[in-house]
Amino acid sequence: MLEVRNVDAFYGKIQALWDICLLVSESNIVALVGSNGAGKTTLVNTITGLLRPAAGSISFLGQRIDSLPTHSIVELGISYVPQGGKVFPEMTVRENLEMGAYPFHAWKQKDDTFQQVYEIFPRLMEREKQLARTLSGGEHQMLAIGRALMSKPKLCIFDEPSYGLAPLLVKEMFETIQNLRKQGITIFLIEQNVRHSLEIADRAYVLENGRLCLEGDCAELLQSDHVRKAYMGL
Amino acid sequence: MSILEGQGVTKYFGGLAAVSNVDFHVDQGEIVGLIGPNGAGKTTLFGLISAAVIPNSGTIRFKGENITSLKPHQICKKGLARTFQSVKVFSDMSVLNNVTLGAHFGRLQRVSEARATDEAARLLEFVGLTGKAKVQAKDLTLANQKLLEVARALATKPEVLLLDEIMAGLNSTEITQAMELVSKIRAQGITIFMIEHVMKAIMSVCDRIMVLDHGKKIAEGTPQEVATSKTVVEVYLGE
Repeated sequence: MLEVRNVDAFYGKIQALWDICLLVSESNIVALVGSNGAGKTTLVNTITGLLRPAAGSISFLGQRIDSLPTHSIVELGISYVPQGGKVFPEMTVRENLEMGAYPFHAWKQKDDTFQQVYEIFPRLMEREKQLARTLSGGEHQMLAIGRALMSKPKLCIFDEPSYGLAPLLVKEMFETIQNLRKQGITIFLIEQNVRHSLEIADRAYVLENGRLCLEGDCAELLQSDHVRKAYMGL
Repeated sequence: MSILEGQGVTKYFGGLAAVSNVDFHVDQGEIVGLIGPNGAGKTTLFGLISAAVIPNSGTIRFKGENITSLKPHQICKKGLARTFQSVKVFSDMSVLNNVTLGAHFGRLQRVSEARATDEAARLLEFVGLTGKAKVQAKDLTLANQKLLEVARALATKPEVLLLDEIMAGLNSTEITQAMELVSKIRAQGITIFMIEHVMKAIMSVCDRIMVLDHGKKIAEGTPQEVATSKTVVEVYLGE
């Protein structure tokens, strides 16, 4: 579904990604693991068109997307939950969600999608008329996920969805992600909660210093000495 | 005597009691954890202590002095510093200058530029950001921006440090390093009040834990007592 081929990316003169090759198959949950600073968010920014690759190609459903603007990539069916939420602080919760429904095909269905999002996160319905800046950190995160779902994505990229969530909500978050997959949404998951994400994902890639160094089935990676030592503190 | 204490601290946002009649105290040299569900009022309580948020009622005392009506910068100069859950670094300034600024605006008066810079470089090494000194703060990862805030807060020479979720976005191995950092800060005689959702860290680093839910204090005690409290398991930990 998503194919990243030999991608290099730079911030100014500093190279951040080297020769990244990665595949996300339809209806899978694919996890990306790596230390703070390894380049995970950079890779996502490259896929979503926020940063242009200096070399290589990125395709989605067989179509090249590496020179498309971000809004066109969203219209093709990729949505993104950025790290820390990045909601619109001066808009209400409902307005933030509405912004997610901007692609034309999603706009037509938005009343139904609102219901689905409110079912997943009842707290958002309670806070519907509040300005987003008055939400707590965890509620920001829920809102960002809800906004991403409003665009009716085929592929949803999560950049650390458990960020700032209380333990009980972290569990619910991982259940939510699994439910989304059951509803047919493919998931690309970046998560520091490595054990938990490897447990729910099908495949995973390990990114170190801007290079992919390991990939495979999650069951295998969970047994890997390197992964256990470097990411799970075992 | 408690170095930091609050009585009946209350804050309403519209009709919502974000923090409701909360009493708390932090003793000299302690590490106290503050946990609770999302939206419980934890960050608001830190805002009230640091005067970023003005309480509707209640008093907050620092070293016995009522600081409730002071301004944030005055509180910082008295020796109470904080980091922010949603990071507030000076994005377009270098990492080093962010910390230098802390040294200039902190508890000490008239710090020379040379001394502030030396101190900033030392603190960057202390938090593990050596090598990033010249980078613009906005180009750091979110987790590193949080470490930068720790360094900037330390540069103000605090006696009490409020840490708001500095471990969010770290993996297990990095969390262990962050726990060592917190212990090292305390070893320098700084009292710590910290919000964190990472249970492994909270349970092993804190002397005492306070739990908020819907703006009210619902539990307080040693990590062991809190972890086994029925209420806390129900509203926060799960299972």
